[in-house]
Amino acid sequence: MAPAVLLRAAVALTGRFPALAGADLVVAQGQVVVLEGANGAGKTSLLRVCAGLLPVTGGEAQVLGCDLRADRAGVRRRVGMLGHAAGLYDELTVAENVRFAVRAAGGDPAGIDPALDRLGLVGRLRKTPLGRLSAGQRRRVTLAVLVARRPELWLLDEPHASLDARARRLVNELVGEAATGGATVLLASHEPEEALPLADRVVTLAGGRVLGEVPGGRGRPAGRLGLAGDAHVA
Amino acid sequence: MWRDALLVAGKDLRIELRSRVVLNQVGPFGVLVLVLFAFALGPAPAPMLQAAPGLFWVAVLFAGLLAVQRSFALESGDRGDGLRLAGLDPAGIFLGKAAAVVAELAVLEVLLGAGVVLFYGARLHSVGVVAAACLAGTLGVAATGILYGALSSGLRVRETLLPFLLLPAVAPILLAGTRAWQAAMSGGQPVWPWLVTLSVFAVVYLALGVLIFGPLQEST
Repeated sequence: MAPAVLLRAAVALTGRFPALAGADLVVAQGQVVVLEGANGAGKTSLLRVCAGLLPVTGGEAQVLGCDLRADRAGVRRRVGMLGHAAGLYDELTVAENVRFAVRAAGGDPAGIDPALDRLGLVGRLRKTPLGRLSAGQRRRVTLAVLVARRPELWLLDEPHASLDARARRLVNELVGEAATGGATVLLASHEPEEALPLADRVVTLAGGRVLGEVPGGRGRPAGRLGLAGDAHVA
Repeated sequence: MWRDALLVAGKDLRIELRSRVVLNQVGPFGVLVLVLFAFALGPAPAPMLQAAPGLFWVAVLFAGLLAVQRSFALESGDRGDGLRLAGLDPAGIFLGKAAAVVAELAVLEVLLGAGVVLFYGARLHSVGVVAAACLAGTLGVAATGILYGALSSGLRVRETLLPFLLLPAVAPILLAGTRAWQAAMSGGQPVWPWLVTLSVFAVVYLALGVLIFGPLQEST
């Protein structure tokens, strides 16, 4: 089976700055991989490359079998990204935002209502314009888009940010369910206590490169989780 | 492409219906242009009648500029790369955004047309010619505007750059649209060359937009 993500010596530039400077990463389908590293390490850039948003200028980059150097737009309908920007419209209601995103990605509209229910976006909240929601509620709408779209590759950038404890648990459940359902998850996080138990692997980045990795805590008993300091050189 | 165009146009128009920026700000701005020029031209009817067609199109072009800026403002800020990430066909995005601007300008043109008749005393012998000129001219303004809007949208100076790019590019619309209106007002002048000019301009920019909006979107 072809890997979901294959990066070999991948280089991606933000302006003239090498956001990825020869990154190597192979992620099998159905895996949950947590990306960790200091600010500016290249976590968000790696996610943006995988989403086909940031062009790869050197090396090899394939996502879900698509060669990103040849056609990076081709992969976008198959990936879902939760980034710093919500990608939603303040003037549209919660339900309208999710409906637009699902229809734009060619997804099945039948998944919209269950996704909204799952994220607790029920009753009058569905008809509320997004601009009137709190940061945490907006985050839940973005997650509802992902759940409704059911992408093959989930790219989550700080998914626990702005969420209360209950919503954080829900995010963890959704990540687990996505992986169990066959989707691949790449998750960048500064919160190891939340992210490590979800991961099959924890990959450490620095300076736009992959420094090393340790096993994650998914499917392992609590207390036996890998730590960033244990990373071995890839 | 057509499905995505409908989706984007529907979304933009729904947002406009909620926010009413074009209705409450761009519309009054267009009418204000007509009123101010009426003051500048003075009370004599002859110069006002002569200037009316040109002023109509000047008001449409300025309002079109604002509508295009608004169209791209919808996708900036917290929206980030939402449209690109959604996987929509770039040609569909271009056509959808252009269609939404056309719909907004069409409403405005009805308002401005009434203003020209009211403030300038214009009499139209052929409403059909005026409607055809408005349709072709508006398609051209919208297509050109969305194309140059995409070109400037990724730049910090986009608000000031867009008028510099767009207004010279749509000068043929100002010329041909004005001549078509004059023909419709006088009733005797040939109108087809100007309608053909407007139509060719619109078709060329629509085709150009369908072809190059994607690469423009990726490069900005």
